[in-house]
Amino acid sequence: MTRQFNSGFSAWLKRDLVLAYRRRGDAAGPLLFFVMVSTLIPLGLTPESARLADVAAGMIWVMALLATLLSMDALFADDHRDGSLEQLLISPQLLPMPILGKMTAHWFITGLPLTLASPLLGLMLSLPAAGFVPMLCSLAVGTACLSLIGGVGAALTVSLRKGGLLLSLLVMPLYMPVIIFGSATVGYALDGLNWLPPLAALGAMLAASVALCPLAAAGALRITSVN
Amino acid sequence: MPDIQKSLAREDPLSQPPLVSVENLAFERDDTCLFENIDLTVNAGDILQIEGPNGSGKTTLLRLLTTALEPRSGFIRYRGQSVTACRHEYLSDLLYVGHQPAVKLTLTAEENLRWMVAASAGSNNLSIQEALQLVGLSGYTDLPCYALSAGQHRRVALARLLMGQAKLWYLDEPFTAIDKQGVAFLESCLQRHVDAGGAVVLSTHQDLALGAVRKYKLEGQGRGLRS
Repeated sequence: MTRQFNSGFSAWLKRDLVLAYRRRGDAAGPLLFFVMVSTLIPLGLTPESARLADVAAGMIWVMALLATLLSMDALFADDHRDGSLEQLLISPQLLPMPILGKMTAHWFITGLPLTLASPLLGLMLSLPAAGFVPMLCSLAVGTACLSLIGGVGAALTVSLRKGGLLLSLLVMPLYMPVIIFGSATVGYALDGLNWLPPLAALGAMLAASVALCPLAAAGALRITSVN
Repeated sequence: MPDIQKSLAREDPLSQPPLVSVENLAFERDDTCLFENIDLTVNAGDILQIEGPNGSGKTTLLRLLTTALEPRSGFIRYRGQSVTACRHEYLSDLLYVGHQPAVKLTLTAEENLRWMVAASAGSNNLSIQEALQLVGLSGYTDLPCYALSAGQHRRVALARLLMGQAKLWYLDEPFTAIDKQGVAFLESCLQRHVDAGGAVVLSTHQDLALGAVRKYKLEGQGRGLRS
């Protein structure tokens, strides 16, 4: 009945997804932010579609990044408060696997909905038709990077009572390459260039993040959970 | 020559290493020494009660034993081996119930137990329903835990003890918020566990109504008490 190999990945992934489903209101926060701010841009900037089209890709990427950052500090903070993080630290499994499970769940809860909502925002900001597929692809890969990298920051700031600002300062520099290549993917497509190279660079970042970020977060949690 | 001695030692049942032994353990927090020179052994069949005034480091000692914290110096050995060398075996063989019971409020008691079991590798004696029935929560399985009381949260965490096959139980103030019948039940569980060859280390201010309880007193050299 029980499997021989239990890495803890699926148990924590499933648990975080169920928790997010139970607290749908909280989980929908980043998505609401993403959509609401986008409706403000035509009002604040210009409703003229030609000028909006120039900034659309960059704007969508900036907002996706901020929306992810908004939800990042809750990744370990709740578990820290109720003692589950302590149980995680003393589980016999290798620590990075459950952490990767939590980061993956975070992507399913924030990154994936942001990606799926982005065509709507593209329409509102009059993104040219050629940009939609590259935007979906780059957001899908890029938000996964954001969840993984942000998880390291969340692990570092878990025991701070108001870690939100410090978390932003810590991970912002690491987010920069992601947003550069992310918006470049869409920009290349709009300019009629081959948009696969920047997407491939994003993919490489994702591969590196999957390999390294759970390790870094595990190390950070061992240090910070002392308090 | 040492090899021969070693093999002789293995054949002699009397010289079998204790389940857990702690040598010269010291821990400091914020440059203040919380305690040092802690030596204790836990054998199969032991109930060890850690006593001491508030702030003397009972919780810290338990967390050191679970390897959630790193000691400043000293060793913890599991069956004669350093716990860093046999981490997986050691952690698979212990269950820890901390101050916070690690119960997620938005999950039901049953879901909480399901992930606790899934997250900790190892087989189980009881089904989740049986365990919840034993701790007196059979009528509450489908309620989210925020509808339950603090004592009932404790009972959820204790249900996990009954399910697992871990030899070592580390319990931090297990009697907090539990009613009289619950205390009697928990004491009978502890007795049954040690009779079956397990061992319990717990911190509590309460006097246990059990026969063979060894006590370990922490003096509390913390700042307030030293001056």
